[in-house]
Amino acid sequence: MREISAEQITQVVRRLCIEANCHLPQDMKGRIEACRAQEGWEPAREILDRIVENYRIADENSRPICQDTGMACVFLKVGQDVHITGDIREAVDEGVRQGYGEGYLRKSVVRDPLDRVNTGDNTPAMLYYELVPGDQLEITVAPKGFGSENMSQIKMLKPSDGLQGVKDFIRRVVEEAGPNPCPPIVVGVGIGGTFDKAAYLAKRALLRPVDRRSEEPFYAKLEDELLEEINTLGVGPQGFGGRTTALAVNIEHCPTHIAGLPVAVNINCHVTRHMTEVL
Amino acid sequence: MPVSITTPLSREQARTLRSGDSCLLSGVIYTARDAAHKRLCELAEQGKPLPIDMKDAVIYYVGPTPARPGEAIGSAGPTTSYRMDAYSPLLISLGETGMIGKGKRGPEVVEAMKAHGAVYFGAIGGCGALLSQCVKKAEVVAYEDLGAEAIRRLEVENFPVVVVIDSQGNNLYETGRSAYLESLNG
Repeated sequence: MREISAEQITQVVRRLCIEANCHLPQDMKGRIEACRAQEGWEPAREILDRIVENYRIADENSRPICQDTGMACVFLKVGQDVHITGDIREAVDEGVRQGYGEGYLRKSVVRDPLDRVNTGDNTPAMLYYELVPGDQLEITVAPKGFGSENMSQIKMLKPSDGLQGVKDFIRRVVEEAGPNPCPPIVVGVGIGGTFDKAAYLAKRALLRPVDRRSEEPFYAKLEDELLEEINTLGVGPQGFGGRTTALAVNIEHCPTHIAGLPVAVNINCHVTRHMTEVL
Repeated sequence: MPVSITTPLSREQARTLRSGDSCLLSGVIYTARDAAHKRLCELAEQGKPLPIDMKDAVIYYVGPTPARPGEAIGSAGPTTSYRMDAYSPLLISLGETGMIGKGKRGPEVVEAMKAHGAVYFGAIGGCGALLSQCVKKAEVVAYEDLGAEAIRRLEVENFPVVVVIDSQGNNLYETGRSAYLESLNG
């Protein structure tokens, strides 16, 4: 049994909240710049240039890339042989509180969806736990903006809808979102499981680097096909037209019921942020 | 060449702007997003005075990150505009001539823009670090309790926007996409 203290967790979460909000992951930068090189529409190229300029300014000055510094989505992979001393939920929330305070990040969380009073410190975090073998604790902080979150959808398709139904739904969600989620976007897809599991998989898909395809050839091919189809829609950067509507389509899948074909599409913007540390 | 505009923006000037025009805004603009719009419209419906003068006003849909010491403002890019659709027609009727945001608008907003002479500008979403450099001064003028959602008076210099929807209802989201798709067939 290895011991990890609540204080260690707080410090890591605090640092990851600040760093993830100010520094875009390298895979995202590489993908945006590759799309800029391939983009044939001048207005779209100009917008992609501004997007590159923006994340460079954020990098150099350690300033938030986007003012929507998101809800703090915190993914914990907890080794079975880890013993955490202290309250893990409170440890994470304290990290968020310190990170969003000391990092001059925006506090965007309301305590109740209907009375809508801001909690003032961006807590609580959205926590996702996974128990895994081993004696390590992997912490990923993914600040999620809501311009793109609001454009996400889930659909309980029929098995007879099949692959074509899945592709049509994903494409339709992206087209309906249009300029709203700050394209170019990253499309996280969850297929299978239950209603809630599909949505979780779609969110988790957004954590995978955009330059890495699914390990399964069938899904890797589907990701490529969908990206190609989405980039013929013409929505383009910011919705003003162009090829670069999406940067990547990441699909996660899971066994499901004989009667079901759940599909969830979680959209993220060109500021798809996440950072991981292992304790 | 971008059109240089100094606020306040008169209805006459707003009517001269066309969808697709790149503009650089200078002068005073006000920030307001969901919660502030709700409060402004509740006051207006009760016939009470508003904390800011809507006549010829340009409203920026933004909730900035907190300013660091010595800086005017934190990151400050646009938020998605359709959430303000329920409130914009009333504010336009009270004199608002410009809105800055990103994303689609509903038909009721476009109708109000055509009736009164107002424009909808787009700023680049997700570029809050870049856009904040054009904000020279910021002060909270109402609803401080709303935090990031408070109404702020911003002094901006050469703030880059594009006219997405003009006072005739022309829409760059439609024409830009069609022009691109047509260019592929050309």
